[in-house]
Amino acid sequence: MGFLKRLALAAAGVALAAGAAAAQTTVKWLHLEVNPGQVKIWEEVARAFEAQHPGVKVEMQFLENEAYKAKLPTILQSKDRPHVIYSWAGGVLKAQIDAGVLDDITASVAGYKDNLAASAVAAFTDNGKIYGLPHAVSQVGFMYNKELFAKAGVDATKIKTWDDLLAAVKQLKAAGVTPIVVGGGDKWPLHFYWTHLAVRLGGKAGFEAALKGENGGFEGDVFQKSGELFKQLVDLQPFQNGFLGFKNPQAVGYFGDGKAAMILAISSFYATQRSLAADKQGVSDEKLGWFDFPVPPGAKGEPTDTLGGITGWLVTKGSPKEAVEFVKFFISKDVQTRLAQNNYLIPTFKGAEAGLVSPFLRNIAENIARSKYHQNFYDQALGPSVGRVVNDATAEIAGGTMTPKDAAKAIQAAFKQGN
Amino acid sequence: MSVQRDAVIASNFSPPPSAAETSSEKKFASSFARHSLRDGKLAALLLFLPPALLLFTIFVVLPIGEAAWYSGFNWNGFGRPTNWIGLDNYRFVFDSRAFGLAFRNNILIIIVSLLVQLPLALTLALMLADKFRGAVALRMLFFLPYVLAEIATGLIFSFVYDGDYGLLATVYRWFGAEAPHLLASPQTSMFAILIVIVWKYFGFHMMLFIAALQGMDRNLIEAAYIDGATRTQSLRYVVIPLLYPTIRLSVFFAVVGSFQLFDLVMPLTRGGPADSSNTMVSFLYNFGVTRMRVGFGSAVGVILFVICVTFAITYKRWFMRDE
Repeated sequence: MGFLKRLALAAAGVALAAGAAAAQTTVKWLHLEVNPGQVKIWEEVARAFEAQHPGVKVEMQFLENEAYKAKLPTILQSKDRPHVIYSWAGGVLKAQIDAGVLDDITASVAGYKDNLAASAVAAFTDNGKIYGLPHAVSQVGFMYNKELFAKAGVDATKIKTWDDLLAAVKQLKAAGVTPIVVGGGDKWPLHFYWTHLAVRLGGKAGFEAALKGENGGFEGDVFQKSGELFKQLVDLQPFQNGFLGFKNPQAVGYFGDGKAAMILAISSFYATQRSLAADKQGVSDEKLGWFDFPVPPGAKGEPTDTLGGITGWLVTKGSPKEAVEFVKFFISKDVQTRLAQNNYLIPTFKGAEAGLVSPFLRNIAENIARSKYHQNFYDQALGPSVGRVVNDATAEIAGGTMTPKDAAKAIQAAFKQGN
Repeated sequence: MSVQRDAVIASNFSPPPSAAETSSEKKFASSFARHSLRDGKLAALLLFLPPALLLFTIFVVLPIGEAAWYSGFNWNGFGRPTNWIGLDNYRFVFDSRAFGLAFRNNILIIIVSLLVQLPLALTLALMLADKFRGAVALRMLFFLPYVLAEIATGLIFSFVYDGDYGLLATVYRWFGAEAPHLLASPQTSMFAILIVIVWKYFGFHMMLFIAALQGMDRNLIEAAYIDGATRTQSLRYVVIPLLYPTIRLSVFFAVVGSFQLFDLVMPLTRGGPADSSNTMVSFLYNFGVTRMRVGFGSAVGVILFVICVTFAITYKRWFMRDE
């Protein structure tokens, strides 16, 4: 009897141990956030998730932006791949889906997804299947330093057309102010100009026609004109000295230091210009202004159309089910509200935008809500191969080594060649 | 079995000739070694070749074959390649303006290495080979850049060259001028990188030359002096000819190293602006890896491999035949 009892006890012990071992799951979460304040909140979120899910550990891994993009294909094919990864949606996401390295999470998020902005969820949907959840949306536009504008006597609220912008640049230069700072070494900050001009000139129809190869594709009038207008700006030499050697964080810091009047920014630079400024304060709220990208002559797009990012989190193939749970937890109303309160993002969870305290970000949230056509960054939307050519070509127009016409040709050639 | 193997191993070892041996003894020893090798040749081959061949196959032949295979596909690196496009990737490489620039830059690096770096290293070696107070310290000082990691060197120089805050900017400010952004202009970026290359690698070649100079038979130089040669004449007709083997080796290292240059370029310019400072390897990375065009990148890799192997073989055959 004693023996049987002991045996039962031992069996129970083994079962318990096995149970504990099985529950010890690690969710590997790869991110590229550099803002320490935001990372701190994320870490707290991870710990909170662990507290609610005993036996689950969330392990944060970090890669810098460019390194992340370069390493991702390799990382995703390794056996030790992270479970939750960052994504800008678009062509890269499509390539990942086609390669079968992502988990189809449609079933796990069936009821949940209705809490999120539908247009943002759509960016992570392919053939009716959901592969990730959107975490934040952003808008590209001009962030400006009110003090420097006042010094040159320019009224930023009056900049509505492309010619207004060119005039403002001239006036700022005349007053001895560097009009625009840009991280041209990274190339993608330069592509914002060309892309946003194309969004304005062609609108949604223009981009969709180009994707189908109509109207000359990316070699067509819309895109050549974008290059020409961009060249008009470049010819005024509006950028800081050595702009082709600047990396984006350097450029954003330069703006934060109050050394240039404008930066064509992603709305998230609102926070990063502080952390990257030499004094960690950056341009204060009273001095910081925003105006939407100006409208060039002959624009077919709506002035309310927006260019920006839709970023989110993907779950990779073969991840534990806790990975999806974590993503849902991370994009919950509470977390999104908290991040919004700290001005770190424009939330995708409906109602979380109530947390936005700064008028700056409220304005952008309203812009995006009003926009009927929110274009994802071209270098993301078109995939890594064509996207990089867009970045190259715009950097070459800016550097004067390529004509707008040749740039459009190069992009179309890359597009035809495909990925 | 084990006894037999020991015998085979032992038969392949001939005692190293000691310095005291006369030349006739040396000749005898080497012919003895050759003879015993022939006897144990098959056994040695069977014993030593398979592991080496296996390692060589796994780590050299297979990857090269794989790269050659991938270079025939239009493939983004995900899953298995399926879209066979034959030699199109090679055509894209040769049509690419950026590849032309990268190739030109590699040639430029070789020219600067041969015409600036090696003469500089040789001059310094001639000055520092003799023993005098501070010679060792100076040698270490010149050798120091070589010890530094490439990536660190690149980062340091990206700060030095910064037109706003860099060392260069400070120097310009002394003269009341505004510093150029050397790394941000297609006209100057490669020039700036070449300076870093010379700075980083001359110490290595200097050390090679110093080692060769110190191993040189001083009697020959003294004999030249006794015969009435001036310092320049002894340098020209005795020292430099005796250095030829080392110079040939240095040239070999410099050229192969130039073809492989990558980790200095990335932190400095990443090949930009406008692809003006790519090398072939950074071209491979920028256009193959980051664009997820694995087939294209493989084609670049194969081209690079062919260039390096062709150079290595011809150079060995033409210039290093005696060694």
